[in-house]
Amino acid sequence: MAETPLLEIEDLAVHFRLPVPLAERAMGRKPKVLKAVDGVSFAIGKGVTLAVVGESGCGKSTVARLIAGLYRPTRGRVAIDGHDVTAARDRTRALRRRLTMIFQDPQASLNPRWRVRDIIAEPIKAFGIAGDGQETGRRVDGLLEQVGLAAADGEKYPHEFSGGQRQRISIARALASQPDLILCDEPTSALDVSVQAQILNLMRDLQDDLGLTYLFISHDLAVVNHMSDRIAVMYLGRFVEVADAAALFAAPQHPYTRLLLETIPDLGMTGRDREAVAGEVPSPIDPPGGCAFHPRCPHANERCRTERPELRTAAGSAAVACHAAEEGRLPPAPAGGAADG
Amino acid sequence: MTAGPLSGSGRLMGALYRGADSDLAYSFRRNPVVVTAAIVTLLYFFGAAFADWIAPHTPFDPSTLSLGDAEKPPAWIEGGDWSYLLGTDNQGRDIFSTILYGSRLSLIVGFSAVIFSVVLGVGLGVTSGYFGGWYESIVMRAADVQLTLPSILVALMVDGVARAIFAGTDIKTDATFAIYVLIFAIGISAWPQYARVVRSATLVEKSKDYVAAARVIGIPSWRIMLRHVLPNTMGPVLVIGTIDLALAIITEATLSFLGVGIPPTQPSLGTLIRVGQEFLFSGQWWITLFPALALVLLVLAVNLLGDWLRDALNPKLR
Repeated sequence: MAETPLLEIEDLAVHFRLPVPLAERAMGRKPKVLKAVDGVSFAIGKGVTLAVVGESGCGKSTVARLIAGLYRPTRGRVAIDGHDVTAARDRTRALRRRLTMIFQDPQASLNPRWRVRDIIAEPIKAFGIAGDGQETGRRVDGLLEQVGLAAADGEKYPHEFSGGQRQRISIARALASQPDLILCDEPTSALDVSVQAQILNLMRDLQDDLGLTYLFISHDLAVVNHMSDRIAVMYLGRFVEVADAAALFAAPQHPYTRLLLETIPDLGMTGRDREAVAGEVPSPIDPPGGCAFHPRCPHANERCRTERPELRTAAGSAAVACHAAEEGRLPPAPAGGAADG
Repeated sequence: MTAGPLSGSGRLMGALYRGADSDLAYSFRRNPVVVTAAIVTLLYFFGAAFADWIAPHTPFDPSTLSLGDAEKPPAWIEGGDWSYLLGTDNQGRDIFSTILYGSRLSLIVGFSAVIFSVVLGVGLGVTSGYFGGWYESIVMRAADVQLTLPSILVALMVDGVARAIFAGTDIKTDATFAIYVLIFAIGISAWPQYARVVRSATLVEKSKDYVAAARVIGIPSWRIMLRHVLPNTMGPVLVIGTIDLALAIITEATLSFLGVGIPPTQPSLGTLIRVGQEFLFSGQWWITLFPALALVLLVLAVNLLGDWLRDALNPKLR
């Protein structure tokens, strides 16, 4: 790639050891390992939105938290603008300042005992962005107005706001350190649909104005379709398909992607038959061998049960991890893209 | 702090207004028992703080004592003297004045002991909850072990050991030293409950995303604990602290009553009760009864406040 991507992760993985009761440990039982994220790679260029989608428990939030430095990766590498920040000590103040995070639950992501003004001022003070208290105050006022709140709202406490307003405060705090990259961990999942749209539009406007780059974690394909340039579909700690948003919605390759797209309700009420896929996400503590999706996949054969498919470049810019797609065993993608948000 | 649209005094007034308007203030106002308890407690604080001005006599200045006034009964009993409202002891000291000075000492020891155990327990609790690992195991097991012993026993032990260590040195007889030993002994006997409560609250708060948000921008751990986690764990500490204040005062009185507390030269309420009970069977009941009543009233008032605070801050009982 000619230009250094703003964020690049390579073979990132984190394995959590599950605690074993002392008695069982004494009997020689090995602790079980939960592979929350197991070898994920991607790069995001400046000003681009990459969305990571998947069912709950697939490890998508963990990817964001790994990049934010909240967990230490078991293996792999994270680089911001070419600087390796995998180890905590390599995260210098200047590099930390370039990325922030927006969280899912607007209830828990703001300290209930702090005034909104102090919440937004925290990154400004932490990074020494403003010269003095007065300038900090002016910046906070400006940020509040930028996200559609009033400067006077800074005097209030978080519980005085609605969920959508609180998420605006979260966004203002994220913008306070003037970052390049914002990790958005399901920022709208806890909100009403009408409020979701407002927040998403605000985030897009901010991206246009400030040239922000988003890593957008979501389980909601309609939201993802609205927001992203590129989409990574995640299943049990691994990417199964990565493609440009338009291509993914128009011609999904992986059977799991197709399953996800089938779940989007269509307002046209075409009444077309949908392929119901049975089963639930298997436990990541004890994942199925071979392709992790094979117990639910209608196209699985013996190879799928034994050999794990790697992510291979398929048509255009897409990459798919599926033996059936590689061998051409899959039926053509369902016509007419399920969502046209 | 940053310059907001409100001036400093404006913010203070706002805080006062919100305080007077809060659920807590409402629950306080409509509960006459609690209001009475608060008034009684405040009277004790006032009397203790201004004992030098309020007390009609200076009982610990031997030059003002006269043995002719010794063992006078309370003023309303025959032989009583209205300048000695609650009577005098065997050395002619005014009981009312000694109670004022004694409450001062009891309150000082009680408060200091509570502050000591709060600082120790909250510090250990928040750090063990935040960092976890072997450090947490050691702290919490130590707390468990100490909780198996009654706190009065722990205080008695610590007090005894400290006295044994300093026996023979010339600071041993010093009344101020006895106070420090008491504060340490009582304070150390109560830290586990704070540590436990704060640790569990820290575990809850630490998993919330506002802590994650602070970590992402690189706020140091000590600052996250101090500014983010601690303020959100202080509700239960306030409740335990208030109830504990009553307990600390009782523990101090018990130790003083057993003769390992504050010496009679500068008596606390417990010392007064101990010294007075020697005269109980010779008929001078007032020497021990009035300090005892004073102690009961103080502990009752503080306990009532603590109970109310616990209920008022418990969202499940609202």
